[in-house]
Amino acid sequence: MKARVHVMLKEGVLDPQGEAVRHALGAMGFDKVTGVRQGKVIDLTLAADSSEADVTDMCEKLLANTVIESYSIELL
Amino acid sequence: MKAAVVVFPGSNCDRDLAVAFERAGFEVAMVWHKESALPAGVDIVGVPGGFSYGDYLRCGAIAAQSPICKAVVEHANRGGYVIGICNGFQVLTETGVLPGALLRNAGLKYICRSVDLKVTTADSVFTEGYCAGDVISVPIAHHDGNYFADAETIAKLQGEDRIAFTYCDNPNGAMADIAGILSQNRRVLGMMPHPERAADAAHGGTDGVAVFRALAGIVATA
Repeated sequence: MKARVHVMLKEGVLDPQGEAVRHALGAMGFDKVTGVRQGKVIDLTLAADSSEADVTDMCEKLLANTVIESYSIELL
Repeated sequence: MKAAVVVFPGSNCDRDLAVAFERAGFEVAMVWHKESALPAGVDIVGVPGGFSYGDYLRCGAIAAQSPICKAVVEHANRGGYVIGICNGFQVLTETGVLPGALLRNAGLKYICRSVDLKVTTADSVFTEGYCAGDVISVPIAHHDGNYFADAETIAKLQGEDRIAFTYCDNPNGAMADIAGILSQNRRVLGMMPHPERAADAAHGGTDGVAVFRALAGIVATA
């Protein structure tokens, strides 16, 4: 079983890296970009008897810092 | 008086912190991250600066799950003293011992220089050697020192007089200019600046020495 976890800074939390990317895109002429948020993708390979609840537990305890980050789980 | 300094793979201010403790009169034990218990009779635990586990995933995130960190959290929960500096502050927020989180600096740059800090409260074992309102010069060296917490947490920190230090000229975008905060029982301090790097005249300044001296005074008389 495989799972993909997307971790993003929560709305309202300043993302200076995303802002830097937005500035660069603007400078390149991509002036239709009004916002960029940058996150990370973590792919997990899991034993067959794993469940989404296991992945949620991993997200809550380590993969995301829920003070500043939100996460979503995709089972592949 | 006993101090323990935790050493993670990637810690680089552990010896500086140990020397600062020793100069203040503490007997110091260095404790490897794989240990599951602190040495007996430890009064204060120091979580030093550096790049624990290479800052992988998030600064401090993996260190916070290490065996020794469970013992550090238990020590804090028992009312023991803990100081976390720079990466140590990040580790303490990741464990939940201190609220909030440290984000990437707003200017996206790693900053390494001395900054002026305002001592916001003298009501703690770490800041008793100063007067509230004192301005001290202490080095910073970080890429992720931008303190963040929700509005409710910031209001609580302010209302409970738990902001230990603020930046005079905010270098990293930290909310409410926060450079260091205290736990609810005022026995845990987390701060991004490095008082242990301003604890000897050879460092170019000694404004940080009072943090260790005040603590030693209180532990000695406790």
